Order: sequence, then structure tokens, then C-alpha cells
Amino acid sequence: MSGQLKEVRERITSVNSTQQITKAMKMVSAAKLRRAQQAITEMRPYAERLDGILKNILSNMDGGDGGSSFGVDREINSALVIVVTSNRGLAGAFNSNIIKEAVSKINTSYQEVRKAGKLSILCVGKKGLGYFKKRYSDCQIIDQFVNLFDDLSFEHVAEVSTFAMAGFEVGTYDAVDVAYSRFKNAGMQFAQCDQFLPVAKIKPVEGASTTKKDYIFEPDKQKLLQELIPTILQTSFQKYVLDTHASEHGARMTAMDKATENANDLLNDLKVSYNKARQEAITRELSEIVGGAAALGG
Amino acid sequence: MNLVILTPEKEIFNGEVTSVKVPGMMGQFEILNNHAPIVSSLSEGEIRIKETSGSSKRYSIEQGFVEVINNEVSLLVRGLAAVE
Repeated sequence: MSGQLKEVRERITSVNSTQQITKAMKMVSAAKLRRAQQAITEMRPYAERLDGILKNILSNMDGGDGGSSFGVDREINSALVIVVTSNRGLAGAFNSNIIKEAVSKINTSYQEVRKAGKLSILCVGKKGLGYFKKRYSDCQIIDQFVNLFDDLSFEHVAEVSTFAMAGFEVGTYDAVDVAYSRFKNAGMQFAQCDQFLPVAKIKPVEGASTTKKDYIFEPDKQKLLQELIPTILQTSFQKYVLDTHASEHGARMTAMDKATENANDLLNDLKVSYNKARQEAITRELSEIVGGAAALGG
Repeated sequence: MNLVILTPEKEIFNGEVTSVKVPGMMGQFEILNNHAPIVSSLSEGEIRIKETSGSSKRYSIEQGFVEVINNEVSLLVRGLAAVE
């Protein structure tokens, strides 16, 4: 029976070390999450002010957004889907949820485009790349930005949105969608797929035209919009990436917390069976001694 | 007047200043107290600010926007670097 004892002891050690790993991963994710959240908060004032300026121009302009080249609705013959996933797994259903969103978008909207071989998929993050490379070999997979998460500075991330915008402008893509994970809090992330291009028509805010001042616009409203809209698009793409980044760590934190908890339960069970086996062994040994002594004394 | 300099990454400056010189798309211009409301895009160049304390700061930028209203100056810039 001492064989079983040893077995249980070995299992306890192995579960223990696994638990240490999950605990450490949880802690690392918590720290990274804090930083990721901070990046989101620090970008917010910039994004809000930018939106403010946009509304300002629009409310001083009569009608529409003046036909920016990013707002043109064309017949969709080709499309680009940007899938933002993480580089590593062990984050629960985080990556598969995003991939699911992207796949359902492709199935509902771009079935025809895919058949025509005009569907491109741009993967940020290795997990998405692995999935789509295997199953969507009929599509054009763009992997030049797969390591985007190595450097999350605005200028670096803007390369992707600039790539998408350039593709849209010259007509390579008639629509661009982004599948990402919206960050709500450490426990809640929502995978979703948003339309990136063409941009939804921005309507001037009605009624609330308190900003209707005698602004000087330089060079002029039209040119300002042309400058402003790409920046706004880059900013919203930055937000997608930062959100996904924060979501990844939130999801991993939750997953690792669960794993640590499970390991704890497992350890408790193992300890009980270890003690049982140990007691059995002792009892048996005792009864053997007593039996032996009785035989001798008999 | 109050000046806020924002980049997509963080807030660079927030404080009282007496003058701001910016590289506007149509040419460099200086914003002093009670400037008329203006929205302008900025080209590559240098921002110079004079704080109320008298000290001055210089930054180089790649592109950006400036908005002035009611003595509130917002500079939204990209590719910012401090110039010694």
C-alpha cells in the first residue's frame, strides 16, 4: 500500500507546482491589466477632444460630412476583415470568442466575396493567424502586422489603420471590419465585430449647437475634415487594439483565478485521500505488530 | 489662458501660459490671450510656449490640430518630442 501513498504524494507535488504557475500568471496579468487600462484612460482625453473638434466643424457646416472619401458606400466586391487576437492562449474563451465573431461576420456578409476570392483577412496576434491560416486558405491572409502587440505606441498601431484606409481609398477593399474584444472590466469582455470602413455618416448634432461660434477655420472646413477623419479613424483603431489588449489580460486573470481555485479543490481532495492511505498504513502496521507480539507471547 | 497639450498616449502639458506659437497649415501663428476662436490643422514644425512664470518650452511635432475657445487652447499633436 505504500506504493499508493507515494503516488498520491507525487500528485500533490505536481498539482502544487501547477497552482504556483497559475497563481503567478494571474498576478502578472493583473499587473499588465492595470497598465493596459491606464493606456486606455490616457488616450481618452485626446479622443474626446478630437471628437469635439469634429462636432464643432460639422455643426458649423451645412449638411453632412461633406463627402469624405472614407464615407463612400460602394457595392461590396472585396472586403478586409481585421482580426485582433492575443499572441498567447490560456485566457479562457477569449480568443475563440473573437474568432467566432469574425467567422460569423464572414459567413453572414462576405460569403459571396469569399467565393469570388476577394476576401482578405488581416491578423493581429498569433492566435487568430493560426486559426485563419489553417481554415481560410482560400482567402488572402495578411500577416505583416501579426506582432503588433510588441509595441502599442500610437504611431506603430496607426500603420495598420493606415494600411486599411489606403486599401479602401484605392478600392482594394470596399469594406473593412474589425473583430476585437471590447473591454468593460476585468471580469467582462465582449467580443464583437465593428464596421471600420466606410465610416458611418456623421450627422451634425442637432439642437445642441452651443458650439456654434464664429470660428476661424484654417485652412478651411473641408480640408480640416480631410485631415481630421484619418486621425479619428486611427484613434478608434487604437482603441480597438488597446481594448483587446486589456481584455486579454482581464480574461487571463479570470481564467487563472479559476484554475488556481480548481487546483485548491483538487489539493484538498488529494490531501484527504493521502491522509486516509497514511492512516490505513499505520493501522495495518500496528495490527501486524500487535498480531506478531500476540503470536510470540502466545 | 489655459493650454492643454494632448498626444494619443498621454497629456504632455496642462497649465497657464501667456503665449503659444504653433506651425499652422497656412503658416506659423501665435496665440495670445483673448484670441478669436479658431480651429486649425498643424503641419510639421515647432511649438513654442511661454508660461506665465516666464519660462518657455519648445516641442517639435509631426502633425496635429489646435483649437482655441474662450482662452482655452487645446493642442492635439502627434510625433511630439521636446526640444532642448
